[in-house]
Amino acid sequence: MSPYDPFFTSGPGILASRARDGRLSRPNAPGGDTSSVDGTADLPASAARRVTALSLRAVTRRYGERTALAELTLSVPAGQTLAVLGPNGAGKTTLLRLLATLLAPHGGELVVLGHPLPAEAWAVRGKLGLLGHEPMLYRELTARENLRLHAKLHGVRAERIAELLALVALERRADEPLRTLSRGLVQRVAICRTLLHDPELLLLDEPRANLDPAACEIVEPLIGRASGKTRVIVSHDPAGALLEADLVLGLVRGRAKIIAPSTGLDPSELAELYR
Amino acid sequence: MTAPRTSSVVAALLRAQLRLELRTFESVPAMWLFAVTAFVLFHFGLDRDQLSGDLASGVLWVTLLLAALLAINRLYLADAEQGGFDGFLLSPADRTALLAAKVMTLLCYLVAVEIVAVPVFGVLLLQPPLGQALPGLLAVLALGDLGIAVIGALVGALAIRTQARDLLGPLVSLPLLVPVLLCVARATAPLFDPLHAGTLPLRWLVTVALYDALFGLLAFALFDFLLED
Amino acid sequence: MYGKGLRSLSLITAGAVTLTLAAVFFWAPNATYGFLEKILYLHVPLAIITLCGFVAAGLMAVAHLHTRDERWDMRSYVAIHISLIFGIAVLLSGSIWARGAWGHWWVWQEPTLVSFLLIMLLYATYQPLRFAIEDPERQARYASVFAITAGVFVPVCFGIVRLSPAYVHPRTLDNISGNLPGRMQVVFYLSMVSMTLLWVTLWKFEMTAKHVAAQLRQLRRALGEDHDDAPARRSAAPSLSRIASPN
Repeated sequence: MSPYDPFFTSGPGILASRARDGRLSRPNAPGGDTSSVDGTADLPASAARRVTALSLRAVTRRYGERTALAELTLSVPAGQTLAVLGPNGAGKTTLLRLLATLLAPHGGELVVLGHPLPAEAWAVRGKLGLLGHEPMLYRELTARENLRLHAKLHGVRAERIAELLALVALERRADEPLRTLSRGLVQRVAICRTLLHDPELLLLDEPRANLDPAACEIVEPLIGRASGKTRVIVSHDPAGALLEADLVLGLVRGRAKIIAPSTGLDPSELAELYR
Repeated sequence: MTAPRTSSVVAALLRAQLRLELRTFESVPAMWLFAVTAFVLFHFGLDRDQLSGDLASGVLWVTLLLAALLAINRLYLADAEQGGFDGFLLSPADRTALLAAKVMTLLCYLVAVEIVAVPVFGVLLLQPPLGQALPGLLAVLALGDLGIAVIGALVGALAIRTQARDLLGPLVSLPLLVPVLLCVARATAPLFDPLHAGTLPLRWLVTVALYDALFGLLAFALFDFLLED
Repeated sequence: MYGKGLRSLSLITAGAVTLTLAAVFFWAPNATYGFLEKILYLHVPLAIITLCGFVAAGLMAVAHLHTRDERWDMRSYVAIHISLIFGIAVLLSGSIWARGAWGHWWVWQEPTLVSFLLIMLLYATYQPLRFAIEDPERQARYASVFAITAGVFVPVCFGIVRLSPAYVHPRTLDNISGNLPGRMQVVFYLSMVSMTLLWVTLWKFEMTAKHVAAQLRQLRRALGEDHDDAPARRSAAPSLSRIASPN
């Protein structure tokens, strides 16, 4: 029992729920997943865990009587990029939020960075960064104040803030309220927030949505392939996704229609998803 | 990755909340204005120039309670609308730190309101001099504010992520706050005695302190369940 | 299944209630207030059962948060529902008695009535709260938090209201449930038993109805009337989306 408040248990632990762990365990399928495309299925389990950043086995998430994600199974090795494509309502954001520990799966097994969720969500939170549609920043506070708050929340040194602001070229405007900044600049601050605690896993929801080409160049070493981090990118640009990603997941209505390495895929196959 | 110390997380959250309030002036000025207006309303409604005893006590506390509702409604507004919840939930910080920070925020707002509202009440409506009641009054205000803050922070979190947030906040908080009102009003009444300041009835202070402690514990136990998605 | 034993339970309850009413009107002695006092034989047990019902709902909510089993949320919801109905009966019967005994339809000096008014005001927000949350899982969770808070509030509220100086004098209501001579005591306990049975029967009835509705929905879905794409109707009542095992 962690001193830092495990995902679904309260501080004093009075109403701690352990039933979840029991419900989530499933026997491992012998012979490996056919949908695992990374080759780690041959490695012994412990080594595979270290090499695999994300492991999903029959992960399901419901919304009332509707299924948002159904029996999703895939693996992403460390350092690689997964592109998640699909039409609106396919479950892309749900998947991202599941990986970010903001949601718990209703069925199946989910292991992120070697930690099974939701049991060890508390251990994972400091190691992942989520860049969502919303910047998750207070509009009335300045960039520096926002980042200072998040630094305290993550237990990160204050010097890191100045470093990041310099990296995204925002030092000049770091002390103005965010509501005075353009959407593109706010996105850069959001990227700083995401990277503040130097996460191993980046979860990006259309990261370049509001960035001009110059800004894209600036943030590329931070959140792009060159960063060397494991990335999951939700994108509406199939062609761009193919260039950027190692693995592609195509979701339609919560079900995986495509799980394949990007090298073997044709753009026309991806276009099928949106029909 | 070491998790941050909870006390520094609470301090950081509290600092952010207060800074936001100072920038936007969303809550406290409205509460000030409401309190003074309410006193005027009571004057015309009751058709009295001066109040004392339990009538004065009741008017003061009902006004403070209703002013607090304004703050409770807006307590989590910035978080809900600007993704503050997600930002906090993604950090390894202890979830109850947010509750502690919100309770302290409400306390600060209430103290800020009382600094204005109580003297104004003394001038506009109170018959005995305020000075005679003051030491005891401060103790009652402290305990009453704590009760309002704890219940407000819990119910605010409950109401903010519903669709009728402006209605549900007050409707759910008020019955829960009636025992607090009962105790503090009874405790304040002898302080506003027209002849001389009565003694502070400890029984009511102890009761409200126990009520605060009970619901404080309950809030800390239940808060996590409100933050999950 | 929830329906197991429902018929026999209903028959027993019907019998007990009839017996109680007969005892109250024909067998109990005519004491100080005469006919009016008979109301108390129903009012007081109803009050006690209602309060126990609210507290029980709080405990069921604790079970829900602990096990994340939506059936506990269903049980808690139904318990509050039934207790709300009983609570209205308490307020009405209490008001009638107050009118007869004190001449007013409402007396602030009666701590039971006052506490009940507060408690009913609180629980009246339960349904609107549920209705205001669309996501069923979050609805159940928030409702459970509410039910636990309110369940703790019930006894505390009673205690604090009783502390107020206006209630220092012993009330007639206390006398009724306190020291009762022979016959009155029998009728009182008989009434307690039958009201408890009534509460439990109604609770089981509503649980069964909801359970059956959920099974019907599941059958419809299995038969191919796929409702996956249909916009979900907002509702305040919990629906069992998965029937895991009977009862």
